[in-house]
Amino acid sequence: MRVHAQRAGALFGGLSFPALSVADWTVNMTPGVTGTSNDIFDLHMTIFWICVAIGVVVFGIMFWSIFAHRKSQGAKPANFHENTLVEILWTLIPLVILVIMAIPATATLIDMYDTTESDIDIKVTGYQWKWQYEYINEDFGYFSNLATPSDQISNRQAKGENYLLEVDNPMVIPVGKKIRFLLTANDVIHSWWVPDFGVKKDAIPGFINEAWTRVDKPGTYRGQCTELCGKDHGFMPVVVKAVSEEDYNTWVNQQIAMAEKERELTQKDWTMEELLERGEKAYATACAACHQADGSGVPPAFPALRGSAVATGDIAAHIDIVVNGKPGTAMQAFGGQLNEADLAAIITYERNAWGNKVGDMVTPKEIFDYKNAQ
Amino acid sequence: MVEQTVAAPATQRSNARVVGWCLASVAGMFAFGFAMVPLYDVFCDITGINGKTSGRYVSSDVAVADMKRTVKVQFLAQNGPDMPWVFRPVSRSVDVHPGEAITVSFYAENPTGRDMVGQAVPSLSPSEGTLYFHKTECFCFNQQPLAAGENTEMPLVFIVDRDLPSHITKLTLSYTLYDQGEPQAAVFKTTTIDNG
Amino acid sequence: MSAVADTHAQEHHHGPASGISRWLLTTNHKDIGTMYLIFSFTMFLLGGTMAMVIRAELFQPGLQIVQPEFFNQMTTMHGLIMVFGAVMPAFVGLANWMVPLMIGAPDMALPRMNNWSFWLLPCAFLILVSTLFMEGGAPNFGWTFYAPLSTTYGPPSTTFFIFAIHIMGVSSIMGAINVIATILNMRAPGMTMMKMPMFVWTWLITAFLLIAVMPVLAGVVTMMLMDINFGTSFFNAAGGGDPVLFQHVFWFFGHPEVYIMILPAFGAISHIIPAFSRKKLFGYASMVYAVGAIALLSFLVWAHHMFTVGVPVAGQLFFMYATLLIAVPTGVKVFNWVATMFRGSLSFETPMLFAIAFVILFTIGGFSGLMLAIAPADFQYHDTYFVVAHFHYVLVPGAIFGIFASAYFWLPKWTGHMYDETLAKTHFWLSFIGMNLAFFPMHFLGLAGMPRRIPDYALQFADFNMVSSVGAFMFGSTQLLFLLIVVKCVRGGEKAPAKPWEGAEGLEWTVPSPAPYHTFSTPPVVK
Repeated sequence: MRVHAQRAGALFGGLSFPALSVADWTVNMTPGVTGTSNDIFDLHMTIFWICVAIGVVVFGIMFWSIFAHRKSQGAKPANFHENTLVEILWTLIPLVILVIMAIPATATLIDMYDTTESDIDIKVTGYQWKWQYEYINEDFGYFSNLATPSDQISNRQAKGENYLLEVDNPMVIPVGKKIRFLLTANDVIHSWWVPDFGVKKDAIPGFINEAWTRVDKPGTYRGQCTELCGKDHGFMPVVVKAVSEEDYNTWVNQQIAMAEKERELTQKDWTMEELLERGEKAYATACAACHQADGSGVPPAFPALRGSAVATGDIAAHIDIVVNGKPGTAMQAFGGQLNEADLAAIITYERNAWGNKVGDMVTPKEIFDYKNAQ
Repeated sequence: MVEQTVAAPATQRSNARVVGWCLASVAGMFAFGFAMVPLYDVFCDITGINGKTSGRYVSSDVAVADMKRTVKVQFLAQNGPDMPWVFRPVSRSVDVHPGEAITVSFYAENPTGRDMVGQAVPSLSPSEGTLYFHKTECFCFNQQPLAAGENTEMPLVFIVDRDLPSHITKLTLSYTLYDQGEPQAAVFKTTTIDNG
Repeated sequence: MSAVADTHAQEHHHGPASGISRWLLTTNHKDIGTMYLIFSFTMFLLGGTMAMVIRAELFQPGLQIVQPEFFNQMTTMHGLIMVFGAVMPAFVGLANWMVPLMIGAPDMALPRMNNWSFWLLPCAFLILVSTLFMEGGAPNFGWTFYAPLSTTYGPPSTTFFIFAIHIMGVSSIMGAINVIATILNMRAPGMTMMKMPMFVWTWLITAFLLIAVMPVLAGVVTMMLMDINFGTSFFNAAGGGDPVLFQHVFWFFGHPEVYIMILPAFGAISHIIPAFSRKKLFGYASMVYAVGAIALLSFLVWAHHMFTVGVPVAGQLFFMYATLLIAVPTGVKVFNWVATMFRGSLSFETPMLFAIAFVILFTIGGFSGLMLAIAPADFQYHDTYFVVAHFHYVLVPGAIFGIFASAYFWLPKWTGHMYDETLAKTHFWLSFIGMNLAFFPMHFLGLAGMPRRIPDYALQFADFNMVSSVGAFMFGSTQLLFLLIVVKCVRGGEKAPAKPWEGAEGLEWTVPSPAPYHTFSTPPVVK
């Protein structure tokens, strides 16, 4: 009963929810911030108005017939039922209109496939359910996860302004430079879309696709995965920050320094408390989507960790499954996705949370040694 | 069953003929569905769509490099799901003159405690360049076994065709490394990737 | 009338068997047609219930009613049930009832196969629906079941899904063969091909499409089955396969499939508009050629569903041009319908209302289709709610309104009673308003950037989603009214004459209402 009341409350509460203050009644595509997206917008509007014009003529004649040739008004049916000339005309005229539509469309399309020299290459890899961005010329990369807290999704907390369109680590690009995206996927097909750029391309496992953009206006641009990729397809947004070139260079240096720091984290001596604290956060980003925040999982695809044989059993087996994944299941090999500190923290956390009281821990150094065994 | 007696014998023969033709078409279209698999591969080979680079290239004429032109070839490597190997190109990219044979290598390491077999699947972007990218030697032609803890450098020898369209200045070659299981099992497993 | 009297002498008053065996073993085209229609409506309600679950979840942002896994199962099952369970069987049902009556044949050419092809359907859907109760749930990869989400990452029930698709494929193919044999062999003397009613023509072409593409669907699911259970690698990159190949094969089936779902409606509308305009169909011959052209072109456009997978620019241009070209014959059909109404003598009974709504709303769906065909613009539209709006505009007012129009048009012939015109008009107006309220805002959502198949969305999409859900609830609940109208009409009502519509033409109106169990045992002669 209470659950139903809550649900009903949630439904009706929606009417007065702060959601509405941010919601808008936009009815059209936005022109976006790149040459391509503006071309697409113009094309979209051209075709739209052509359709409106055709619609006005056709529906106009139809409504006039409906109005003027009503039987109730004593209309007598005419007797014609064919006319070769009009039929040829209304085959040829649409054909001409279509050619008119196809010309700008062809030009825009060819421009979108311009593969000439780019300034920055970013590899985008789709995972269930997050994006990995690798700056291949600068040799660093990171994962970009949904940052919206699960309490907002389950309506236990007011929703933020960028609900479901916010990530922990956005992609950062400089303005005015040609950016080339190389897209692929790890598991299933994903699709990377930023509406403001006019870029949407599928990320296909085993294959590489490319797309490019040049953004002139600094800002934060948001999009989403647009190819059904499983359970959390709706929860893997794309966020791109376009910044000035100086800011970009500073950011790149920071990223390189951070990568260095992560290596130091591995060498550091960790206490159990530190690991558990880091583990809870890392678990929430990397594991909770499938195994759930309380470790209950979604059996059978995503088994429970609370009280599970792996999380309460031999620690070597636990490390193996987290680092190397489990072939034939949804359990990915996280060894290449997370740094040693996070891996150690997550494993330690899983063994000591939700009533799993194994009491042991694994340090980042041990994970490092495990990964580089022999 | 009275309905059937209504139809004249002539119609019945005719029905049999129509049904026969229809069933033949159904069988044909079912086969066509499967035929699309090899047809698609042939189509890809001819047009180069999808970035599937073709098999071992054997050149009859001695290629002369076009020294005036430089093309950047970029290498990417990633692992398939559940693949714990370390896998990366030794050099991130290389500038080549169309026509010359270039040797590069990829580093692979099996950090796990079990013997494994890997198979690299190539993909090239832009796909238009696929037709002009020739591999004379590639680790992706064969499966790669690695014992527990073992590492190796895997060679790739390629030639960028002198006919590469002039608007293409950069080619990206990407390899995805897939786990093919235990070595023994893998021997009997598919070797269909001879055109990898 | 006299033709029917003659048959009785010949057929020793053979009527329907009594009890359950009448329906289990019947080879009568009218009984089988009725069963198809009832089955289709049942599936329509089931698939509609799933749509209600989807719209309830999307009523406002956040997860309220279902979890994402179940949401994905709902979108998948809604699509599969509506396409294969509601729309296609409804048209087969209409063909069973009307094709023999329209061409003056005593029955379908292959009555026993007819019985078979019907009874396979409930079996197939029993299997499909039962997957909802299996461990791991029902298929959750969308009705397009793209690999590798449906193969390597599919739930355990995928094998049952494949089996169900195979059975319904066999059923459709047998139905199509039957229609072809009936139309080619059983026409009354004097009925040449170019004298055939439009509904018969469109069904003949649909049947050819079915024969051409259902085996391809069977092929693609067989390949999936082999990938899942026998270790092949058709679509698995790890074994040298190609996930994009799946999409090519699937859409080679998938695009003609959308015409399979609309061509018979074109045919039915081409009877209804002239009947209530009291004027002959304008441009019969060009209508036939247009349908043929649409069917042929439908084989050349499949990759327009795949513009974002990385088809090279030459391929994109080809598929864009071919797709635009389909607008020409489709336009010819719309112009012909409008020309038929022009200077007619129009009255607006329920079938005509549905037919007019069909023309207007289907054309709107055609316009958004034209926009989607423009490859560069498709990069923005692809896989957003704009696409959802587009195909619901084509399929709901197209296929579904076409079926409603046909049902009201021929109900007097089937039942012998007139339906309740006031209730039927209420049904129309509520459906019309509900449908537009549900699907028009989806255009806006898609253009604003909302992807399809998501269980939860960003806040800027909240308002239109709420409007859309309200419209969907309205449209959904209205369909129960249709059930009431039909039940009422079967039970009683004003007696229908042999030809209840003043302007209707065709052999079906020469037999009494309700149509006797056996008709045209002696073929009529068509002048």
